[in-house]
Amino acid sequence: MEKKNYTVSIYTENNVGLLSRIAAIFLKRHINIESVTVSKSEVEGVMRFIIVVQVNEEQVQKVVKQIEKQIEVIKAFYHTDEEMIYQETALYKVNSSEFVGDLSIQDFIKGTNARIVTVTPKFFVIEKTGKRSETDSLYEKLKPYGLMQFVRSGTIAVTKEEMQISKLLEQFNTTN
Amino acid sequence: MEVKTASFEKLATPATTTVSGAEAVIKCLLEEGVETIYGYPGGAIMPVYDELYKYQKEIHHVLTRHEQGATHAAQGYARVTGKVGVAVATSGPGATNLVTGIADAQIDSTPLVCITGQVGSHLLGSDAFQETDIVGISTPITKWNYQITKAEEIPEIIARAFYIARSGRPGPVLIDITKDAQFASLEFSYKKCSGIRSYKPEPEISMPQLEKAAEAINSAKKPFIIFGQGVILGGAEQLLKQLVEKTDIPAAWTILGLSALSTDHPLNVGMVGMHGNYAPNMLTNECDVLIAIGMRFDDRVTGNLDKYAKQAKVIHLEIDPSEIDKNVKADIPVLGNVNKTLALLLDLVKEKEHKAWHQEFKDLYDIEFDKIIKNDLNAERGKIGMAEVIDEINTCSKGDAVIVSDVGQHQMVTCRYSKFNQTRSKVTSGGLGTMGFALPAAIGAKMGVPHREVVAVIGDGGYQMTIQELGTIFQTKVPVKIVILNNGFLGMVRQWQQLFFDKRYASTEMVNPDFVTIAKGYHIKANQVTERAQLADAVKEMMESKEAYFLEVKVEQEENVFPMVPTGAAVSEILLE
Repeated sequence: MEKKNYTVSIYTENNVGLLSRIAAIFLKRHINIESVTVSKSEVEGVMRFIIVVQVNEEQVQKVVKQIEKQIEVIKAFYHTDEEMIYQETALYKVNSSEFVGDLSIQDFIKGTNARIVTVTPKFFVIEKTGKRSETDSLYEKLKPYGLMQFVRSGTIAVTKEEMQISKLLEQFNTTN
Repeated sequence: MEVKTASFEKLATPATTTVSGAEAVIKCLLEEGVETIYGYPGGAIMPVYDELYKYQKEIHHVLTRHEQGATHAAQGYARVTGKVGVAVATSGPGATNLVTGIADAQIDSTPLVCITGQVGSHLLGSDAFQETDIVGISTPITKWNYQITKAEEIPEIIARAFYIARSGRPGPVLIDITKDAQFASLEFSYKKCSGIRSYKPEPEISMPQLEKAAEAINSAKKPFIIFGQGVILGGAEQLLKQLVEKTDIPAAWTILGLSALSTDHPLNVGMVGMHGNYAPNMLTNECDVLIAIGMRFDDRVTGNLDKYAKQAKVIHLEIDPSEIDKNVKADIPVLGNVNKTLALLLDLVKEKEHKAWHQEFKDLYDIEFDKIIKNDLNAERGKIGMAEVIDEINTCSKGDAVIVSDVGQHQMVTCRYSKFNQTRSKVTSGGLGTMGFALPAAIGAKMGVPHREVVAVIGDGGYQMTIQELGTIFQTKVPVKIVILNNGFLGMVRQWQQLFFDKRYASTEMVNPDFVTIAKGYHIKANQVTERAQLADAVKEMMESKEAYFLEVKVEQEENVFPMVPTGAAVSEILLE
């Protein structure tokens, strides 16, 4: 089976140690996590994990079942890139002296929809949100100017289909 | 006067009482109906032990000689009673010594609550004396774990621990309690846990799936059942028996399913897997419908998955959704606790007869009998064989004893030859294959069912991994029977070395101490048998002993366990020699 990017979305209770419990499921199966983000979700008190892995569908199915088995996991899903709206954010710190005289820089920043966040006499910080390929392409463009620092966030993503976590939680409240 | 005062006090007692965290732990255990716990004291758990001293009439604490022994004893107790086993240890090495037992309980779905002491919360992360991250360490091998740092958390968390350990697919839970939380006080009130919103112990049952399953079973020409421990955990033994009898379907078991259906039942066709019986392994690849009930298609059961039951329609009755399609693709998955799904299925299946199909099992059994069983039980050859010892135990137990076995050749022989009339009679380490499991597990088993005979059958290798628990037997006077099948080798590894490594016996020969003297050192009655002529009487004397009894049997040194499905082979490529 072909390996591709799968986004695993996990709704959980907000508890200490859950990240390591979930990470251990990938570790046990020797699956490398491409990116992970944890944040609050649309439901109060419920956290959402977004984990991107490169595996085949059978592997991601099994992993999702193992994740869902964990006591504090409310629900887990997996989706392909086509089924998600996803973004990453990158920050680029560039040396000002290399940068100031060159006006072409202004143009390609505009062209890529990147944003200058901070300007100091010593450095600029540029922020770019988009797909991996877009932040990569800006990385290549800025490299000749001397990248002092580069960092990229994990993927954040929402699904095209409805998630219905609130309904799931309501069901629990009515059955218990 | 005394009575009057007591009842007056009872009336005056408010719904909550102020107690220390340590006392709250004990009160929680009492609320959960715990009578016996296994453990070992130490610095960070001392407040709890101080309370155990005060509550020693209510709770029987068994001091094992090593924390691993405490977990295995708690497992043995849980396996024979169906209750949650409890093990207690201190922080650091006490906690890490629990790890093997916890991992064993996780893979064998045994309900266990482990309570560990932890350094004071102000010291967490400071590499304090006997500090270890047991929550981190135990995460991948627990169903759930939690660190308590505040006394007020104790009742709710322990209630959850018991609920999680016993519900759904059971498993081990570890609760780590900092020393300051044990000392601090709280207003105690207890409410048993009845649900956790993110946790669904049993999946919903689908009637259409059950109907599909029944249809497949009703139209099958060569249906075959394999049942596992799920039947025992769900308390569905009677339902299994009814299903088997109504449909006339031959049924085989995994080692953890052993004793769910009595071994002399005419439709019980034996054990599947690497050293299982010939017929059920061969016919797994002949059946047209394979009905897997509460089992998880372990690799020791399936052999080569690419050649496993490919011709069959697979029906998988299972409580844990993550087991569906994990190893073997299920054509008809039936989710749910088997005590519910089997009851529903029973109404949907038709009465049948499968005479010709049974004959196939009988024919293959005859081959196995001629090639293996006859020899295993043959009293003519040289030294005593392992199966002969089991046969003598059967003669005395009449199938009513609990047999605990360790891991290795003797385990396979014990499973193959033991006779059982009732459920929860076989305790062994299946998934993890933990050598050293049997001796402490037998202690827990005997304490769980004191009215039953409990016999531990152990190899000379595994015995020495937890031999110190003889001290626990001596101290508690628990009347377990211990049989060591001594072949002077790590027999299973030696067998593999003989078959697959050109007899290069690397580190498998055991130079053993005088086991009888060791047992006597613990004031345990002991005997040794080297000649066949003494065997029957020696086993009888052991079985009739009112006290603990140790019997060493010197068996054939280089005996191999057959049949055998070699690694990578199909179950139908099982070897008879």
